[in-house]
Amino acid sequence: MDALIVNTYPVTARDYTSAGHASADIKRRLKQLGVGGDVLRRVAVASYEVELNLVIHSDGGRLELQVFPDRVQLTSSDVGPGIPDLALAMREGWSTANDEARSLGFGAGMGLPNMKRNADDFDIQSEVGKGTTITMGFRLQ
Amino acid sequence: MKVSELKELIGAVSLTPEVSEDREVTCGYTCDLLSWVMAHGDEGMAWVTVQTHLNVIAVAVLSDMACVILPEDIRMEEEPLQKARDEGMVVLTTKLTAFEICGKLAAAEIPGKAIG
Repeated sequence: MDALIVNTYPVTARDYTSAGHASADIKRRLKQLGVGGDVLRRVAVASYEVELNLVIHSDGGRLELQVFPDRVQLTSSDVGPGIPDLALAMREGWSTANDEARSLGFGAGMGLPNMKRNADDFDIQSEVGKGTTITMGFRLQ
Repeated sequence: MKVSELKELIGAVSLTPEVSEDREVTCGYTCDLLSWVMAHGDEGMAWVTVQTHLNVIAVAVLSDMACVILPEDIRMEEEPLQKARDEGMVVLTTKLTAFEICGKLAAAEIPGKAIG
């Protein structure tokens, strides 16, 4: 099935000022399409978490929004550094965020578990030295 | 309770007077770890925090909160305030501490989690 909307947002590493722009636009677009309530909130939270993860942890990447008649798909892909231990990264409270991120109130180790909790489908693939890809699906019915 | 009534209750002033205070407050929360708040934020929430940077507004908007409350007369820079105005988010500040604000909200029977 072809996507109704496909949009890609480049996300710059360590740019805390622009962090949230992509997720705000995603929320706005979905709202225009008539998506609301619980699904909109879950997509908004998950997209912000994944965008922030790109800013805090990655060497740069992009976030892609795809809207199908029955679902929304968010795909985050970055160019590194990759996650050595995925099981540990998925654990609540575990974080490798630096002091700058922590001083802004990030780095509670809630990002990945929170994405998984909010998405209907969650998949993460990572290779050290290559990068990380996260795919999240949200059912619209 | 509406945001305007909550403002009176805690003796706050709005740093975003252009934004309507007509919204219903469904629950209250206090935490300064933004990623923690992202996991526990709720629709209609009144969120008490000492953080004042841009991402505070982003978190409040994305979680569809009713307002952000800054304790101990903390002020916010113009840039995040402008974003709050653009997004229709109320930002309040009061002399009370976070503890005192939460005490008053709890006494007014505002729950820690939205009901339903």
